[in-house]
Amino acid sequence: MYVAVKGGETAIDNAHRLLADRRRGNRDVAELGLDHIMEQLSQAVDRVMSEGALYDRELAALAIKQARGDMIEAIFLARAYRTTLPRFGYTNPVDTAAMQVERRISACFKDLPGGQLLGPTFDYTHRLLDPGLAEGATPETPETRAPEQARMMRVSDFLGQEGLLEPAPDGSAKPVPDDIARTPMTYPLDRDARLQALARGDEGFLLSMAYSTQRGYARSHPFAGEIRIGEVELELEVPELDFAAPLGRIQVTECQMVNQFQGSAKAPPQFTRGYGLVFGQAERKAMAMSLVDRSLRATELGEDLVAPAQDEEFVIAHADNVQATGFVEHLKLPHYVDFQSELDLVRRLRAEAAAGTGEAREAAE
Amino acid sequence: MNTEARAFDWAEAPAIATYNFAYLDEQSKRMIRRAILKGIAVPGYQVPFASREMPMPYGWGTGGVQVTASIIGPDDTLKVIDQGADDTTNAISIRKFFQRTTGVRTTTATTEASIIQTRHRIPETPLTAGQVLVYQVPIPEPLRFLEPRETETRTMHALEEYGVMHVKLYEDIARHGHIATTYAYPVMVQGRYVTDPSPTPKFDNPKMDQCPALQLFGAGREMRIYAIPPWTEVTSLDFEDHPFAVQAFDRPCALCGADDVFLDEVIMDDQGGRMFVCSDTDHCNGRQQAGHAGEQET
Repeated sequence: MYVAVKGGETAIDNAHRLLADRRRGNRDVAELGLDHIMEQLSQAVDRVMSEGALYDRELAALAIKQARGDMIEAIFLARAYRTTLPRFGYTNPVDTAAMQVERRISACFKDLPGGQLLGPTFDYTHRLLDPGLAEGATPETPETRAPEQARMMRVSDFLGQEGLLEPAPDGSAKPVPDDIARTPMTYPLDRDARLQALARGDEGFLLSMAYSTQRGYARSHPFAGEIRIGEVELELEVPELDFAAPLGRIQVTECQMVNQFQGSAKAPPQFTRGYGLVFGQAERKAMAMSLVDRSLRATELGEDLVAPAQDEEFVIAHADNVQATGFVEHLKLPHYVDFQSELDLVRRLRAEAAAGTGEAREAAE
Repeated sequence: MNTEARAFDWAEAPAIATYNFAYLDEQSKRMIRRAILKGIAVPGYQVPFASREMPMPYGWGTGGVQVTASIIGPDDTLKVIDQGADDTTNAISIRKFFQRTTGVRTTTATTEASIIQTRHRIPETPLTAGQVLVYQVPIPEPLRFLEPRETETRTMHALEEYGVMHVKLYEDIARHGHIATTYAYPVMVQGRYVTDPSPTPKFDNPKMDQCPALQLFGAGREMRIYAIPPWTEVTSLDFEDHPFAVQAFDRPCALCGADDVFLDEVIMDDQGGRMFVCSDTDHCNGRQQAGHAGEQET
């Protein structure tokens, strides 16, 4: 006796109860506070803010807690909240030369005005697990310097003075940028839209794409012109005010990649730019982004298109991890109807093949 | 399709995060309604729209949910089906989402619904004027698997360059003796645009033709909306000597005895025992209540 399947609603409710239980884990262990996540898992918070495209440390921490540490799930939570927020306007372009720099390095010059500042980096740490940390050691108070008021000139500005590096687009041709969250993306994209898509693209995907350019799939001869991390001021032009209203400060990571370029029919030999800008401290992502930005400029610079990293539609359409995870995971939804249709067809084709006299043979003849 | 802005009382939500009626903000709904109107004006044409992230994953009906969220009003009655059934997990999840964010009345009866959101089926009960059928669409581009580039396929549509699709169908016939497409079977809408009916079985294609209800298609991840207005001509692509035909089942539904419906195959045991029952659960229940019975019930 067959009875049609029922009870899906109860099953879903029970599954969610179990999930909440597993998320909390052993009740004898203290519950994670959002402050713990914000303070002690700050780079996880940064990643959720940048790929979730929502600069809010508290909400990002909540998302991480709710997602049990599943980063793409947390990014998805942040995105799904962000999308409901009204758009007030667009801030003025951020002046990263005025950044309150905490880290700033250049691989192009040994020394430069403003100096090299290592900042809080994993670089040069020996990756030895630290048993002291497992027991909860109190770290030493760090060395700090007084905040500097002076602007710290960017390496790209030094190179630009000599004309060796292509000038940065000044943006005057397009005072209001594209907004990929508010208008549908249509290919080919302008660079501003492309950079937005890369800024919230999946770190792992961009990392692999960037890596592929280093291994010969659209090699771009890159040098890390400059990487800087620090806080920048956001300002919004409000029609009623005769000055730009300061909104506050955000932490960003900027990477300017400088790429050797032999010249083409469209551009003379010079150094070209790849650009990366990401919320928070996210150096790996900013570097990967700048390499991919550069490789995606192939058409603009008249380079041969030979590799996936140069293919805008391929890269941008597949960089968003919220989209990718949804569509890959949707395969676990029921497909009974389609499968039934295919079953029917395959059975028919097999029967005809077995009989050896199917329509197929007639049609082929 | 009454719509009005109404702040939803999200009782259990602390102030850290609040949401509008039907989740989307009114500006987003307006943007989506513009895309819908354009789609209705150009039947079968895929209108790009600025798809929003929804609180369910891409690929799980976000396009359909955005369309429904944009047209639903407090007086609507909503039905949600997946694979023809109201009680499949994702249909339940989407129905609960709208119950929670709008508080509208929901139903499983096709005849009572003003909006029906569906995945992979068109109800067996004929739709009527005034109803809206909202399809969830994974890949809206019927040419996608013949040409992966969006820049190319948009040009092909603009030029009505559909030869590649006919070649594909012809090659099926040459190789298999049949057109080997059983679901998402391409249709021509009002003699102009080749359109993807979403992954419904081709069994459902004839229901799209001259349908009194408005048919709206939402593809969230791919950021496209398209529409088939009421009483529009929808023909399935075919050849004169290989006319389009729907699947036929060689037995009726084991529960209600219907022989003109799409059936699900259910595995009964590990000895190859199988049974065929209606995929449309509302239609099947209605027939059983009206006294019809299949072989299992007699």
